[in-house]
Amino acid sequence: MTDADQPILVATGVVKTFGGLRAVDVEQLEIRRNKITALIGPNGAGKTTFFNLLTGFDRVDEGEIRFDGKVITGTPPHRLAAKGMVRTFQLTKALAKLSTIENMKLGALGQRGEKFWAALIPGSWTKQEEEIEQRADAVLQRFNLTHMRDEYAGTMSGGQRKLLEMARALMTDPRLVMLDEPMAGVNPALAQSLLELIKALPGEGRTVIFVEHNMDVVQEIADWVVVMAEGRIIAQGTPAEIKTNKAVVDAYLGAHHGEDLSQVELS
Amino acid sequence: MDWGFIFERSFSAMIGPEVVVYALAAVGLNVHFGYTGLMNFGQVGFMAAGAYGVGVSVYWLGWNFWVGIIFAFVYAGVLALLLGLPTLRLRADYLSLVTIAASETIRLLARSRVMRPITGGVEGVNQFAGPFYDLSPFELGQFYSFGPFKYLGRDVWVLLVGWTLLILITLMVRQLMRSPWGRTLRAIREDEDAARALGKNSYFYKMQSLMLGGIIGAVAGVLQVIQKASVQADTFNPVITFTIWTILIIGGPGRVWSPIIGSSIYWTLIVFIENTLRQLPPDVRSTLEDTVQLSDFNISMLRFILVGLGLMLLARFRPQGIFGSREEMALDRR
Amino acid sequence: MTMSKSRWSARLVLGLTLGAGFGLVGGAGQSAALMEAVQEDLGVIGTLQYTDATGAKVFIEGVELSIDDVGGATTDKDGNFRIPVSSPGEYSITLNTATLPEGVTLKDPSRTNLVVTVSENADQRIIFPLITADTVLEVSESSFSVRRVSQLTLEGLKLGLYLAMASIGLSLIFGTTGLVNFAHAELITWGTLMAYFFNIYGLVGTFGFLAGWPAPFGAGVNFIVATGLAAVMGGVLGYVLNRVVFRPARNSGVSLLAQMVMTIGMAILLRYVFVYFFGSRYRVYKDYASQRANSFLGMELTSRDAAAMVVSIIILIAVGIGLNRTRTGRAMRAVSDNRDLAESSGINVERVIAQVWIFGGALAALSGTFFGFDTVKWDIGARILLLVFAAVTLGGLGTSYGALVGALMVGIAINWSTLVIDPELKNMTALVMLILALLLRPQGILGQKQRIG
Repeated sequence: MTDADQPILVATGVVKTFGGLRAVDVEQLEIRRNKITALIGPNGAGKTTFFNLLTGFDRVDEGEIRFDGKVITGTPPHRLAAKGMVRTFQLTKALAKLSTIENMKLGALGQRGEKFWAALIPGSWTKQEEEIEQRADAVLQRFNLTHMRDEYAGTMSGGQRKLLEMARALMTDPRLVMLDEPMAGVNPALAQSLLELIKALPGEGRTVIFVEHNMDVVQEIADWVVVMAEGRIIAQGTPAEIKTNKAVVDAYLGAHHGEDLSQVELS
Repeated sequence: MDWGFIFERSFSAMIGPEVVVYALAAVGLNVHFGYTGLMNFGQVGFMAAGAYGVGVSVYWLGWNFWVGIIFAFVYAGVLALLLGLPTLRLRADYLSLVTIAASETIRLLARSRVMRPITGGVEGVNQFAGPFYDLSPFELGQFYSFGPFKYLGRDVWVLLVGWTLLILITLMVRQLMRSPWGRTLRAIREDEDAARALGKNSYFYKMQSLMLGGIIGAVAGVLQVIQKASVQADTFNPVITFTIWTILIIGGPGRVWSPIIGSSIYWTLIVFIENTLRQLPPDVRSTLEDTVQLSDFNISMLRFILVGLGLMLLARFRPQGIFGSREEMALDRR
Repeated sequence: MTMSKSRWSARLVLGLTLGAGFGLVGGAGQSAALMEAVQEDLGVIGTLQYTDATGAKVFIEGVELSIDDVGGATTDKDGNFRIPVSSPGEYSITLNTATLPEGVTLKDPSRTNLVVTVSENADQRIIFPLITADTVLEVSESSFSVRRVSQLTLEGLKLGLYLAMASIGLSLIFGTTGLVNFAHAELITWGTLMAYFFNIYGLVGTFGFLAGWPAPFGAGVNFIVATGLAAVMGGVLGYVLNRVVFRPARNSGVSLLAQMVMTIGMAILLRYVFVYFFGSRYRVYKDYASQRANSFLGMELTSRDAAAMVVSIIILIAVGIGLNRTRTGRAMRAVSDNRDLAESSGINVERVIAQVWIFGGALAALSGTFFGFDTVKWDIGARILLLVFAAVTLGGLGTSYGALVGALMVGIAINWSTLVIDPELKNMTALVMLILALLLRPQGILGQKQRIG
């Protein structure tokens, strides 16, 4: 396998127990580089918990996680951003009391002005700040948020905030983008733009993993689908394969017993 | 009624030593709470650290006064470090309990019999501020008047130094908060996890904030005891912490000039009210004393009643203060 | 608003228990009281005693004390004396050292004379510390003797029981509303002030005073009744605070942190209103203010304290039963454990919160009454608030049994710590315990792990 074929993220034997219950029990998961992988499953399957474990917001009880071949188990979240991994949250964390452009500038890594002593001397960081601002404006334009640039993020609609959170995440120049329910609460018009933006990411050399409930979205943009239920991975495959996979249907059926499957929004 | 006296006292209070001391302490608290969201209920403890740092090093260790001042700031920084290391992971209401317990521990220790050789116990320490006043170009015992303002020479010197420090520190804080460092603090204030996901080591930033605000609090404490020329444990009690909170909220947490404005408003108001009441004609005063128990002692209790009432009303109806905007309200986190 | 049957029955049980408890042990206390219920004149009182080589207290008879131009007295066989004075004011009392028995001297031989202020409504107690050659100064007393440890344990138990009553309310308020209530200190102070007022001025005088008549008048009521009334008034204040201040704030969506700051403002407001109307002078209750300690099993306890401890135990047991058996109590625990779950199972959360404030206020007031035995002070609550926080945090914020366990642990730890540290610093033990609890196990001993950071 060449370097480009090496999986960017590998999770082995990852276990997390809460009060006697195994919330996550993943034997093996490999995320392929420059592809869009969807993580789906019924409610309570452990998707967000698994996400938290991968991104350092929770500690694993057992297991190992490797990013680009290097072990990152137990690394705190803020260090993972520097390594090239960024995540968004299910409950959008657009910082309402900062302006949109400030939110964006926050995302840039390696800012000299973020160090205490340097902060006192504007000369040491103003130039870098301008560069970051230009970069931020470019991203805002891509996301069609330029008109909200100087407004408090708190004045934005829910959908706009989701866009902002993703735009801000891109400011870290990540190689792996982990989105937790990026479509939740977004109106159809904005959702379409968001989909296009996500689809463009592998072309920039970025890998995407996202948690999603909406099967239409998964069908449209995912290259690969991983299905979780009760903490374990029960199936993996292309969207077409997963749609007809019996184990997957059973897992969802458990939640939709007796309903006509063709009418069911598999979530 | 001597209105001339009342106005002279009130104007003098507007920019007087108490305003400077409390404004400095509020600047420190502003760094903690206004910008970083740390619920510090022990700011008076940092003031005590500064005060005793100077007092003890001169009284017990026999050091030079100026060395004592440096020591006071280092001591406050170390205190912040020790306090912050285990506690900055706690959520806001638990942090508030720890900080108030810590500041009370300092006070009880400082006033105790056991620590008497070091801290002077209940009576505290005095006779250390000489070197400061030696530098004064003003006659210490003489009164100086500029228009409606009137102060003793020693206080003019304190005010000159104090206001200079206050303005410089405020400008420094302004610069810091406009920088990316300040932006990170504000992000942490609002949502620590979001900041961490973007690569910021939130714990580290909170620690820096705690130390900065604590050292500024120590500056306040040092100035206060220089002005009083004595260090006494019981002056560093929790009601002072909450007076500082009230002052900060009046001006608006998270705004650069609010500590100064809040402090000035508070002290002018208190001095005006107290002096007006005291100047009432004797027959009015004795009627008031009989009907609403407004004795001389009780007049000096009014300021605390006002702090309590003010804090309640502000927290309830205007937590963003006079100058804050509703969008930037710091007290609305669940 | 009608109250449910079981709520009334809970209150009835509590009320009867209170009455029975008081009645049962009140008699014991009464007989040992130094003073009669109604005070005709004022005086300066005291007990002259010293501690002998075995650690036992010895009372001194036949010592003369006098106030110039007023009168004098000689100590009786219990070491007690009383010099009547005709009006309140400052008096200078002199001890005639020539009348002291052989080998007994004043601890500070130069202070043969003490100046005290007698207030309008109670005798003023003074102390002349006396020692013999055998007396070992308090601080260097040999530690770890069984007698000393058991005495300290008893003191710790006493403190713990009183703290427990104050703590349960605080813990339940936190559990049901998420609010750390700093104003709880003032609920405690309210209790001791109310007991004082009822004791000295009676119902008419106290309510008149609260209504605005400046000078309270009226005959006082029996202390036991006063305590009961104080508990009722505590419940009233608790109800009022919730209804007038915090419920509207909750309904307006004021954040928890803002509400916490409001409780601090409320605490400061009440505290200084108290000192405004009550004064900064420390006072004593009219009855039971001073008693000789009874000795048993090598330990000492005044009858008054014994009675209070027994009442506390009875009350705490009643509260425990109430929380388990009555619908009100179970509702309180349910809301405290998981508010949303309780609400979805049909519990009227706002009503439960009101009940918690009432009971919490009543219990706090009762504990305040007991804390006021030594002296009645305007800041008594503030002084012990951090001890209450320590107890509640240690036991688990939001639990009721936890508050009890935490309070007992804090009470005993504080007293045992005097074995190794200066007694002046004993309250610091509680502060250290609070800090450690928050660092190591913030949910407390009995609490459940919540998000702490």
